[in-house]
Amino acid sequence: MGTKGRCLVSSRKDPDVPKTGQSGLSRRGFMQGIGVGSGALGAGILENEAQAAPPPGGFSGPAAVPITLRINGKSTNLTVEPRVTLVDALRNHLDMTGAKKVCDRATCGACTVIMSGKVVYACSVLAIDAQGKDIQTIEGIGSGNKPHPVSVAFVHNDAQQCGYCTPGFVMAAKGFLDRNPNPTFEQVEKGLGGNLCRCGTYVGVRQAVLEAAKEMKGGKNA
Amino acid sequence: MQAFEYASPTTVKEAAALLQNKWGEVDVLAGGTDQLTLMKERLATPSKLVNVKGIKELGGISAGKAGFRIGAAVTLDELMENAEVRKNYPSLVAAARGVSSPQIRNMGTVGGDLCQRPRCWYYRNGFGLLGTKDGKSLIPGGENRYHAILGNSGPAYFVSASSLGPALISLGAKVKLVSASGSREVAADKFFVTPQNENSREIALLPNELLTEILIPREATKNATYELRQKEALDWPLVSASVALKMKGSTVASARVVLGHVAPTPWAASQAEQLLAGKSITESVAEEAGKAALASATPLSQNAYKVQLARVAVKRALLAAASGRA
Repeated sequence: MGTKGRCLVSSRKDPDVPKTGQSGLSRRGFMQGIGVGSGALGAGILENEAQAAPPPGGFSGPAAVPITLRINGKSTNLTVEPRVTLVDALRNHLDMTGAKKVCDRATCGACTVIMSGKVVYACSVLAIDAQGKDIQTIEGIGSGNKPHPVSVAFVHNDAQQCGYCTPGFVMAAKGFLDRNPNPTFEQVEKGLGGNLCRCGTYVGVRQAVLEAAKEMKGGKNA
Repeated sequence: MQAFEYASPTTVKEAAALLQNKWGEVDVLAGGTDQLTLMKERLATPSKLVNVKGIKELGGISAGKAGFRIGAAVTLDELMENAEVRKNYPSLVAAARGVSSPQIRNMGTVGGDLCQRPRCWYYRNGFGLLGTKDGKSLIPGGENRYHAILGNSGPAYFVSASSLGPALISLGAKVKLVSASGSREVAADKFFVTPQNENSREIALLPNELLTEILIPREATKNATYELRQKEALDWPLVSASVALKMKGSTVASARVVLGHVAPTPWAASQAEQLLAGKSITESVAEEAGKAALASATPLSQNAYKVQLARVAVKRALLAAASGRA
């Protein structure tokens, strides 16, 4: 019967989700290969033909509609069905696979991104509803050469094991520190209460956040 | 999730015009943390979804002569951070803080907290709101450790999931419901109902209505919420108690004591309320009130432990309210 509430993760498969990579041909790779938005795309690649923007207040969809997302300071046009969540738009349409899709039920935090300055679960925001908001993802907060202080602190403090929860944790930690630059240990604990690590690296994560807080003082953060 | 048409109206009037008279066709999207989960689980399969977050009228917290008005689309985070709310309603702040994920508090709305569906695992796993199989409830003889200990004579055994509901009831709040043909105000304690069959809902909202705001009367109370929970991180409490005390000097003139997560609705503990009138809050009075609040509890096979937890929640909520720390 599993556990109570949020932790109930269904084993039922959603039959409507387009499957990826089942024939050895990943949908994402295939779309990169031929170029997203190409007029040559056949039916079945994009969910449906895009339809014109609806009148304000009226219904649009269920076929794919053109939307614009502002991600890491850059506006991006894409065409998605209204049912496509932000995490699916990022991963399947925009090749930004930092945000992870794990529980897909607003429970685990692996898909955490920062939207309008606040941490949110990207699995539970519709992409169409994320328009007009500043979306910050793990890809936008530092680079391989110059990682974000939170990422650096995670490495220093061994704050990851399998690493699957890490991008979500780093974004949750950054969002937390943006609002609480001088946190106590207890505030860190509560402030990251929306993210789970099944390897149990919480001790390292908390130390990392405290270290990053020190490091980021004086406007050194990205 | 099943494909749907999507609208994002900018006024309550536009939104109300899009709703229908039957549940299931058109659903409302606010924070999305419960609604989208229900849709992924196929527990909700609307063909149309109306996003109400673009409606300015649903936002904002304001203090007027009559009291506080909280827009239904105000997020739990906005509620907790509001200086007036913090000053006057520590009970609400504690209840919102108990939604222990910053992400959920940033996304989830006040209206959504009141309208969220129960977390009963029979419901969430497809056995219907009442958790039945072949016309018989699976819950009394099943896995009922998180189910109701009060108001559980059937057919409903789930517990109300709302965190803010008990606090709002204790504060005497009303909710405003608007449809295309008019509006009505419903007392928060009448908003929650125990469904008598599979086709009814656990709230008084009709399918063609939109919850637009919450109104809290301006009355000076000492108020607090205390929760007991299994894990500190994201989960619902096992039990909670919200209390609001109207004081006359150092004695209680009148008290509201409302339990959460113990019954299919928030549960007004009238025996405790009566016991408190005319008394000063001491540790032993608070303990007596806890006992009185649970005097009529009828735990199921696995959840007798919740009775003692609820007694303690009442006691600690009263002590917190009396001392001004919630």
